[in-house]
Amino acid sequence: MTGFRVAGGPVIPNYGHASACLKNNGWFCTGWVHEHWGDILQPALVQHIKLTVIAVGLGFVIAFLLALLTLRWHFFDGPIGAFSDFLYALPSIALFELLLPVTGITTTTILIPLVAYTLFVLYRNIVAGLRGVPEEVLESARGMGLTRRQTFLRVELPLAVPTIMGGVRVATVSTISIATVAAYLIHYGLGGPIFDALGLPDIFRTELLAAGALAVLLALAADSLLALLQRALTPWSRVR
Amino acid sequence: MLASLFVDAFRFIPDNAHLLLQKTLELAELAFTALGIAILIALPLGLWLGHRHRGLFVALGVSSLGRALPSIALIGFFIAWLGVGFWNLTIALVVIGLPPVLTNTFFAVEGVDADVVEAARGMGLTERQILTRVELPLGLPLIIAGIRIAAVFVIATSTLAGIVGGGGLGDIIANQSTYGLAGVLAAALCVSAVALLATWLLGLGERAAARKMAPST
Repeated sequence: MTGFRVAGGPVIPNYGHASACLKNNGWFCTGWVHEHWGDILQPALVQHIKLTVIAVGLGFVIAFLLALLTLRWHFFDGPIGAFSDFLYALPSIALFELLLPVTGITTTTILIPLVAYTLFVLYRNIVAGLRGVPEEVLESARGMGLTRRQTFLRVELPLAVPTIMGGVRVATVSTISIATVAAYLIHYGLGGPIFDALGLPDIFRTELLAAGALAVLLALAADSLLALLQRALTPWSRVR
Repeated sequence: MLASLFVDAFRFIPDNAHLLLQKTLELAELAFTALGIAILIALPLGLWLGHRHRGLFVALGVSSLGRALPSIALIGFFIAWLGVGFWNLTIALVVIGLPPVLTNTFFAVEGVDADVVEAARGMGLTERQILTRVELPLGLPLIIAGIRIAAVFVIATSTLAGIVGGGGLGDIIANQSTYGLAGVLAAALCVSAVALLATWLLGLGERAAARKMAPST
């Protein structure tokens, strides 16, 4: 991986041409945002989207497999639940720091904690969704002669979609938020400009607010997209 | 490597017990003040909105906006605005703790079986009695779950306060060059211990409250 900068960055801020707004450290200098969209904000946004997609994707696959294990053998429930509780309570910044000597200044160092945090939400929701399918429904599926595999794919999974998608939405939105913290150590994603702005003697308000607002907008956009996907996946819920 | 790190961390804890205790107390003071204020605001508001079956849009909006706000940008914003200080950090943490409590309280009360509420009204209970004797006890598990989420959130986020000079265990976590990786791990374990302790206490509180509010037959 190339293109990383050591966190903290240069001491001279990314001011560019100092307008009156910048000299007064205004809250939102549109000139600066316009000027640095291409070289600071947009690349950071793209990096952030990549991180989120990979983290939630990996987290979903792992959580799904763990959930299947739990549903098959109930004794996994306690240990997996307790472990994900413990992971979630660890402060994210410490987890990034602890991994740094192991995996170095790479996206892997950011991704491992992010995946771990998504597991907490996804695992719980997948288990709850699959367990929440009423016994009568399963009974009638069996009565109709569906095999176990068919029952899972055609009955249990579709009925669990709303709960599972609820988990995916929460996991995605929190991943976008937590990923900004990783930039304290590794200059990557929207946290990069946020920490650049915070690292200055006087916090550079425009950069902080622009990058922070992008993170919020990204989270809200992702949430709405996933809500639309959920509607598309459960056409029957629209018919009332 | 990881194993020896854990050994070092567990050695760090007794060697620096005084420092860790002091930093843990700083963190706990900040986190629990913020959590307390968040509950004081969000709980009555959630109860009232839920009881009136109003503000579904508010509850949903607050919860998704609350999750979408990146905590480090939020803390940075309050510091850029108000400067570093105990109360400024507290305000930032209150904003982080509010949404889960408000949303869960709202849905806990709003989701109570309408027939049950109707029956209580038919028995002549006042609206206040319905809220405190029917809706609150029935919604309690969900309300406590919301407070629990908020507690873990606020405690984990208060470590970020250390990065911007706000003290607490985050001080140690943000100063790896001074305390070493073992110190960072030890401090992280202290943070999660505080979070797990809070979770456990809330669980106890939930059971005690459920016993107290259960109708004595």
